Amino acid sequence: MDGWMDGWMDGWMDGWMGGWVDGLLLTIGITSSFQMQFMLLFSRQGKLRLQKWYVPLSDKEKKKITRELVQTVLARKPKMCSFLEWRDLKIVYKRYASLYFCCAIEDQDNELITLEIIHRYVELLDKYFGSVCELDIIFNFEKAYFILDEFLLGGEAQETSKKNVLKAIEQADLLQEDTKVSFSPSFLMVWSRNAAEVRDSCRGSEQADWV
Amino acid sequence: WVCHTPIRLRELIRTIRTARTQAEEREMIQKECAAIRSSFREEDNTYRCRNVAKLLYMHMLGYPAHFGQLECLKLIASQKFTDKRIGYLGAMLLLDERQDVHLLMTNCIKNDLNHSTQYVQGLALCTLGCMGSSEMCRDLAGEVEKLLKTSNSYLRKKAALCAVHVIRKVPELMEMFLPATKNLLSEKNHGVLHTSVVLLTEMCERSPDMLAHFRKLVPQLVRILKNLIMSGYSPEHDVSGISDPFLQVRILRLLRILGKGDDDSSEAMNDILAQVATNTETSKNVGNAILYETVLTIMDIKSESGLRVLAINILGRFLLNNDKNIRYVALTSLLKTVQTDHNAVQRHRSTIVDCLKDLDVSIKRRAMELSFALVNGNNIRGMMKELLYFLDSCDPEFKADCASGVFLAAEKYAPSKRWHIDTIMRVLTTAGSYVRDDSVPNLIQLITNSVEMHAYTVQRLYKALLDDISQQPLVQVASWCIGEYGDLLISGQCEEEEPIQVTEDEVLDVLEGLLVSNLSSPVTRGYSLTAIMKLSTRFSSVNRIKKVVSIYGSSIDVELQQRAVEYNALFKKYDHMRPALLERMPIMEKTASNGPTEIVQTNGEAEPSVVEPKHPPPVGQPASQVKNTVFGLVSRCLSLMAFYLFDLSKTVNFLSIGIPPMTAYNKNGLKIDFTFERANPNPNVAVITIHASNSTEADMTDFVFQAAVPKTFQLQLLSPSSNVVPALNQGTVTQVIRVLNQQKLRMRIKLTYIHKGSAVQDLAEVNNFPPQSWQ
Repeated sequence: MDGWMDGWMDGWMDGWMGGWVDGLLLTIGITSSFQMQFMLLFSRQGKLRLQKWYVPLSDKEKKKITRELVQTVLARKPKMCSFLEWRDLKIVYKRYASLYFCCAIEDQDNELITLEIIHRYVELLDKYFGSVCELDIIFNFEKAYFILDEFLLGGEAQETSKKNVLKAIEQADLLQEDTKVSFSPSFLMVWSRNAAEVRDSCRGSEQADWV
Repeated sequence: WVCHTPIRLRELIRTIRTARTQAEEREMIQKECAAIRSSFREEDNTYRCRNVAKLLYMHMLGYPAHFGQLECLKLIASQKFTDKRIGYLGAMLLLDERQDVHLLMTNCIKNDLNHSTQYVQGLALCTLGCMGSSEMCRDLAGEVEKLLKTSNSYLRKKAALCAVHVIRKVPELMEMFLPATKNLLSEKNHGVLHTSVVLLTEMCERSPDMLAHFRKLVPQLVRILKNLIMSGYSPEHDVSGISDPFLQVRILRLLRILGKGDDDSSEAMNDILAQVATNTETSKNVGNAILYETVLTIMDIKSESGLRVLAINILGRFLLNNDKNIRYVALTSLLKTVQTDHNAVQRHRSTIVDCLKDLDVSIKRRAMELSFALVNGNNIRGMMKELLYFLDSCDPEFKADCASGVFLAAEKYAPSKRWHIDTIMRVLTTAGSYVRDDSVPNLIQLITNSVEMHAYTVQRLYKALLDDISQQPLVQVASWCIGEYGDLLISGQCEEEEPIQVTEDEVLDVLEGLLVSNLSSPVTRGYSLTAIMKLSTRFSSVNRIKKVVSIYGSSIDVELQQRAVEYNALFKKYDHMRPALLERMPIMEKTASNGPTEIVQTNGEAEPSVVEPKHPPPVGQPASQVKNTVFGLVSRCLSLMAFYLFDLSKTVNFLSIGIPPMTAYNKNGLKIDFTFERANPNPNVAVITIHASNSTEADMTDFVFQAAVPKTFQLQLLSPSSNVVPALNQGTVTQVIRVLNQQKLRMRIKLTYIHKGSAVQDLAEVNNFPPQSWQ
């Protein structure tokens, strides 16, 4: 009897739906008609490189969604279009070299402009890192987040000028160089080095690496 | 005790990437986590930032990082910008608004919203706007509103989006942001303009009053949009020759919301829409993105017909675009407008039909849906040819829907009965195994009602059976037909085509062959046995039929056995009734729109039914619908049979009426019953309703029902009717569960409630599901 019970418990624990379902949370749910619900970056092997969630979900749910979506997108053939329906959302994805950029938008949203949002983010990364590649995102993931958070806020674009986003990141990076944050904006003008210079001097050597 | 410097983030990343196996990686992670944990315990300020950053990296790899949550809060409270940056990032990644811990952030965020450095203020706004809970939003809305009025555009744009989030979380706070919106659109800064339009959109969507209030902005929005289009090259905002497409799209969207249902506003935007529609460069995706939004706006507002035609034509051009994304989007939009602008969409019919041959699955699906929407009495022959061709060659995932669509279209627009039967035959023979089970009774009804085609139909179906008996829906329809019209078959009466010569024995050979074939499902066997029985009044080989029927009286298939026993009884005891019972089916009236649902529940058999008076109607169906089912129409037999055959009472129903309910749990006064239905349109989804009742003298409050199923199933729970199970069986709590299953159903349930002041929790297994719930 004991042996049988054990076996059955294992069967449940292992291959079970991923959690108790209690009717309070069903699928992700529509928050409004236009909102980006999340953005995922992952490699061709399915390794997650960045995850930005704009809706509240538990870690378990995020993992489940990520797993499912990554599988679905990786199974797409090259000839297929960049959009797919998944649960009650629309998924917009595009592959840049070895990295998939994947956004979940809602029913009423414009898929084509979402492609442009993705492209703009890639351009920002490219400008910042100088010919960005997956390794840059891996080793500097926190910077990828910082850039994303200067471009989008709550799933919406906060700044439509590439130049302004990069300038803000540059200034924020400079702020990191100092121990205390007591500078007024005017003082920052004295610093004229640009971010690329700072970064190039870091590549290879760890001295100026602040984490 | 050696105190060492925690390793740098990039060093850790490098190290972890050298791991060759999952186990090796796990070991490295565990080692580092241990080091980080002790570092946290030592309250080390210097390296906290570095440690949290490393934790975030490991979290991304999938490892637990909850022990870093409080550290994020400490980083946020630090005065170092580096700390704050990582701290806020960590909060956004590790903290969940459903936990209480995040509330500790509120004070820090409040301070940082008032910080002297705008980048710190920016961090706070970003974090609040990304993950702020309702409580946090309530507490900090005032700060956000203040920042919405600042002249600093860097902060103003962030405050606007933060306000959007606040409104989404706490809609009642929307009013307080109204004054600040006053001059948002007079800003020159594109970032502020863009986010302001987003904010205005959110407010208009949520409140009809706001919508009415903001309609006056239409002229201003039109002006801004016009400037964007007419202005010269602006390097800062240019994307492939288009100035700030993001802003253009958002303005178009806001215009859509403002113009909807309002004549004046719609008129005010008419010109600009036409201008955008005709002048936007279409060579790149960005231009098409704007056109797409424009089309959506035109279709939604009260635009004049010329503009609508322009919009549909844009979609038509999209269909010819090389870019499959554009084609996809066009098909989606056309699908939305096909009802309202049917004629305009019809003009693009041939392009749409061409999309059936597209390589992309999503495009094919939409093209199929749109094609069906475009079928009418004029184009039915041509369209059906294309759709049948598509059915032949499409992926299996499409076949069921396509077949159903063909049947529906044929029923509505068939130019002749002969064409109709031929079309059905084509579907059954080419996609017969994908046809939905509920199509079978529909087709049977159709055939019955096409009186002049009976001979032709039975002949064609018989010939199809000679070729192939593997496709169950085809075989079932054919069996039924032969049972009904076998006499026409052997008499060689067919007018539509050359009548075949076939003997009674040959026909019976075929039907008996179905009974023994491995390819036949139990349902199919039921059909063929019944068909054989019916032929006893149409053929002369009654003895042969009697023999077959008696053999199956001891079949191990319970259904078959039951039938055979009943038919035997017919021969032996009620032979005088046999002709009347097995008479030709009369013309059946079309059932109400729920036709298929009812029929699905009845095993799809059009046999005379015996409704025992004490059997309840199928779960979820009012009694009147049972009466109106196809099978209920043979009422003259019903009462007769009920009277004469009541001694076979326990089993005399040729149909299974519903799935019996069951008690899933009964303990400590709490009883949970399950009742079942099959979902429509997917019969593989079982819809279970739980009914929880409480026989004790005290209410059970905070009642939560949870369920878990093995991985091979999918489970969905809808909201419960309430979470109080009233005492003394005064009421029940109901909740709907949907399970996608094709195997024996197993379920574990977890019940929690409060009873007489104490919390009760129980786990139970439910294994006694009736077989019909999962077959």
